[in-house]
Formats: sequence, structure tokens, C-alpha cells
Amino acid sequence: MSDFTLPEDKAARMERCSVFYTDVVPHNHALGLKLVDIGPGEATVELPYADFLVGNPETGVLAGGPVTTLIDASCGSAVFLKMGRFAPLVTLDLRIDYLRPARPGVSLTCVAECYKITRQVAFVRALVHQGDKSDPVASAQGTFMKTEE
Amino acid sequence: MSETTPAPLPIADLVRQVRQTREYRKLTDAIPYTRYMGIGVENLAGEMLCRMAYSPKLIGNSLLPALHGGTLGALLESAAIFELLLQTDTERVPKVISLTVDFLRSGKPQDTFAKALITRQGRRVANVRVEAWQDDRTRPIASAHALFLLAEP
Repeated sequence: MSDFTLPEDKAARMERCSVFYTDVVPHNHALGLKLVDIGPGEATVELPYADFLVGNPETGVLAGGPVTTLIDASCGSAVFLKMGRFAPLVTLDLRIDYLRPARPGVSLTCVAECYKITRQVAFVRALVHQGDKSDPVASAQGTFMKTEE
Repeated sequence: MSETTPAPLPIADLVRQVRQTREYRKLTDAIPYTRYMGIGVENLAGEMLCRMAYSPKLIGNSLLPALHGGTLGALLESAAIFELLLQTDTERVPKVISLTVDFLRSGKPQDTFAKALITRQGRRVANVRVEAWQDDRTRPIASAHALFLLAEP
């Protein structure tokens, strides 16, 4: 197989990581998730507002499911960026606190940070906002496990 | 509005109606996200369960292939909400406070089931546990516990 190490150059790194939002992960693509920024051990992913993601048709507020998917995807990317390479990874657990209802019609942005990685386990925290990080919609904490030998 | 299409019922009225008629599809189809995800409510052997019908758009790992973790979270949360809406007499759509999901096994590309259990229902908060499985109910693929706000103070 080809090299799974991520390139040093930020633009090239971003392009490599973006395949998880275009081809490799059909459900990320179905929801329209888009990788918008990266940092060392950090990924920022956007979920555009869409009518088919609504959980309450009377208010137009998004369902929780798309938020869970957004967080899971962003956290996974943050772990790859911390490792500097792609490696088989599974989500062990994810805890999401819903801080306020998302405003209808506005996209959601998730900033995920892998703040600790051990030989087997990665620890990630994430914040979901709608343009203002000081007024978040959700916060999350997840653990991931590397599944390679 | 077309004259032949009746105006949609407010969700609270629809919930009251579906509690009586058990035409769950009317409710799950009225919610855009559950309709999109293929998440429905069924009575199987006298027990109310949730089912997420498999479709390729639910895949998270094309190589294995395996369902996206987010879809399992969505099914577990939906099962908890429908349990509260249909098996209790809550008047409002419960608002999720927090959701904790344990991913236990990878989800195969097939239908997934979920059953919610209300562990405590207070006046304002409900605690719910949920399990999801595929072929074998004794080997769950994901489980969750969730907190919901039932009413304003």
C-alpha cells in the first residue's frame, strides 16, 4: 500500500484529510460535511444546515443525530492529525452535552482537538458552535482506539 | 398549500393520535431526519422497538464496510425520544441534555434495532438507557445513556 504519512505542508495535508469528507466516508458526504481548517491535532469541520436534517419540523431545529455524526467525524480527523498519519481507528465512546438548541438555517462548526494520545488510546474534546465560539451549541469528549498491531 | 394535502398536524397532536392508533410511521415520517435516516418504530412480539433500515448512505467505513458511528448515535437517541413520546404521557418533545454512547462492535451493512429503557422519569428530567443490536440481541453493537429535559420550570 501507499504511504499513510500525512504531508508536512498544510494545504497538502488538508487535501489528504479531505478525502474522508468526499469519497471514503459516504455518510460524511451524504450530510455535506466539509473540512474547513486543520491544526496540529486539531480539525474544524462544517455541517451546512439542510431541511432533511431537521428533528423538529415546527421549529426547524436540527436533530441530534447530525450533530453526533459531525462530532464523531471531526474527532477522528483530529486524531489522524495528532498522529500525523492515517491508521485504523475506532470510536470507543463519545459524550455530548447539548448546551443550547442550534439556530435554524445556520451551519454548525465543530472544532475538535486531540489533546492526548497514548500507544493505543486517543483522547479528544470538541466544541460545536454557529460562528461564535463563546456561545457554543454542544461540547463533547471522546476516546478512540488505534486498531493496528 | 395544495388543497388535496391536509395541513400537517402539530407534533403534539400527532403524538397523541399515534399513541392511540400505533401508526408509528405517521410520526417518524413527519420528522425529516428520521425519515431520511430510515429510522422507524415497530411493534415486534408486543414490544416497541426502533429499526434503522440499512442504506449505503449510512456507511462510515467503506473498506470494512461498517456503519458510521454517528448513525448509531442517531438511532440510539431517536429510540430514547420515541420511547418517551410514545410510552409516557409527556406533553412536550423531550430536549436532550446529554448523550453518552459506547461503541461496542462495528455495525454491519444491515438493519439495526434499538430498545430504550426509561430508568427514571422525574417531573423535569428523564434518564434513559438504550441498546442497539443487529443479528443477536445479546451482542449489542452500541449502547447509550441519555438525559432529557421534559418541562420548563
